[in-house]
Amino acid sequence: MTPIVTCKGLSHSYEDIHALGSIDLSVNEGELFGFIGPDGAGKTTLFRIIASLTEHFKGDVKVLGYDPAKEYKEIRKRIGYMPGRFSLYHDLTVEENLKFYAAVFGNDVDSNYHLISDIFDQLAPFKKRRAGKLSGGMKQKLALSCALIHQPELLILDEPTTGVDSVSRIEFWDVLSRLKESGMTILVSTPYMDEARRCDKIALMQKGEILMTDSPLGISESFLGDLMEIRHQDRFRILDLLRLEHGESSAYLFGQTIHLVTNNHSVDDIEVLLTKNGIDDAVVQPLNPSIEDCFIQLMGGKDD
Amino acid sequence: MIDAKPIIRVEKLVKKFGSFLANDNISFEVYPGEIFGFLGANGAGKTTAIRILSGLSRPTSGLVEVVGINARTNPEGIKKRIGYMSQKFSLYDDLTLYENIRFFGGIYGLRLREIQEQADLLIQKLGIEDLRNRKIGSVPLGWKQKLAFSVALLHKPSLVFLDEPTGGVDPLTRRQFWELIYDAAKQGVTIFVTTHYMDEAEYCDRLCILAEGQVKAIGSPEQIRKDFDSEDMDQVFYQISRGGEKA
Repeated sequence: MTPIVTCKGLSHSYEDIHALGSIDLSVNEGELFGFIGPDGAGKTTLFRIIASLTEHFKGDVKVLGYDPAKEYKEIRKRIGYMPGRFSLYHDLTVEENLKFYAAVFGNDVDSNYHLISDIFDQLAPFKKRRAGKLSGGMKQKLALSCALIHQPELLILDEPTTGVDSVSRIEFWDVLSRLKESGMTILVSTPYMDEARRCDKIALMQKGEILMTDSPLGISESFLGDLMEIRHQDRFRILDLLRLEHGESSAYLFGQTIHLVTNNHSVDDIEVLLTKNGIDDAVVQPLNPSIEDCFIQLMGGKDD
Repeated sequence: MIDAKPIIRVEKLVKKFGSFLANDNISFEVYPGEIFGFLGANGAGKTTAIRILSGLSRPTSGLVEVVGINARTNPEGIKKRIGYMSQKFSLYDDLTLYENIRFFGGIYGLRLREIQEQADLLIQKLGIEDLRNRKIGSVPLGWKQKLAFSVALLHKPSLVFLDEPTGGVDPLTRRQFWELIYDAAKQGVTIFVTTHYMDEAEYCDRLCILAEGQVKAIGSPEQIRKDFDSEDMDQVFYQISRGGEKA
């Protein structure tokens, strides 16, 4: 496999702010590669360096075989970049934006329309509407269309689903899966842990560092200790109980349930503990760790 | 809760912008001490309703009463009595933590003496003496949001509005934030909260789900899941948003 993107010992600071630590990374051709982490993890800085938009970084970076600091012209011809903030022209119509982006790259809309038909067909009724007047989900579809219209070899999407509701998020990932099947290499960042499973490979990021890189399954399998799920109405009381017994960072809220990380404790042990404290109707069962569980563990209970 | 008078009463709320119906006949009640989740896709009408509830915008028609005050006739009265924070607006980056506390305390009409006492209390409780004179801009986002929540409670409001308070925050801090919410609720503060994280919907006592400006579901998370025959809130949300969508 040819690496499309490689970073070795990449770091970057803005004045006195340390934005990226020592990043080592290799993205292969055709991979859908997710960068997952909260605000301030360094995702945007990393993407801007790969997209050749940030200079003066330290370390060795190659994108499609080119050096982003020196050969940015070559890189920019070959990538599609969708920044986190809406980047289109608000006072141009949907159609005009698309034509503009195609023209900038010396293309016309028709010859590459097959790449975006899937997405753009949904926008067709609004072709004459100004981009600034579109809803959030529609803006995002237009921005993706504009990033794709010159048939890039590498697509870079910075938090395309942030602030988007859960239904639109699912649809957006369906679109990405279909693009991936066409052979395109895609880098995508997100703060939503549940989106990780849609990627071939993920890098978990926090405070400018990559905590771990692997397939979603590989990351789940690296979880240390046993994970259990506890279902009961009185979650906060159980949380207090478990923390008292198993340590402050052992138990945390997880939607309808509580997750408990233990070493050498069985489901029975936990049921006994709860019963001893007057809770005899909790449902306790072992559980496979999700990416969010792994992320919490990798943060190591270390607070901000 | 049965005898309690609602702290928020919304009856047949309508808000129009020109011909656009942002809130279409919304009714619900929130009771003291509840954690009330207000959910909906983008464009469902959440922000419009929150702006009316917090006295920033007037209803076109319908009755809206917040902490016993009518939102149409006395929106200013509401603003003084509630707390508010959001992902987009919390504390000022170029003021220090203590300056932020002084500023917001002043806005809410606390005396300097009270502000100093509250500041000491807050800083002591959170164990953050080293942050007192640091500019908020240099404080990590997770901490900033936790502090913003504490500052929104400075004037001891009985009701606080939290508009996507955990957006972009790491999973550990998100959970710590919800434990702060829970602590405040335990002390009797009513919490009105919006979120895009479906796991967080489960942490609420009751939920109200909007789509197309209308209330599509209301009740405890458990009840709503049952009503929609769904295993989790994602499925509920999917049904509601798709069912109601027009092209």
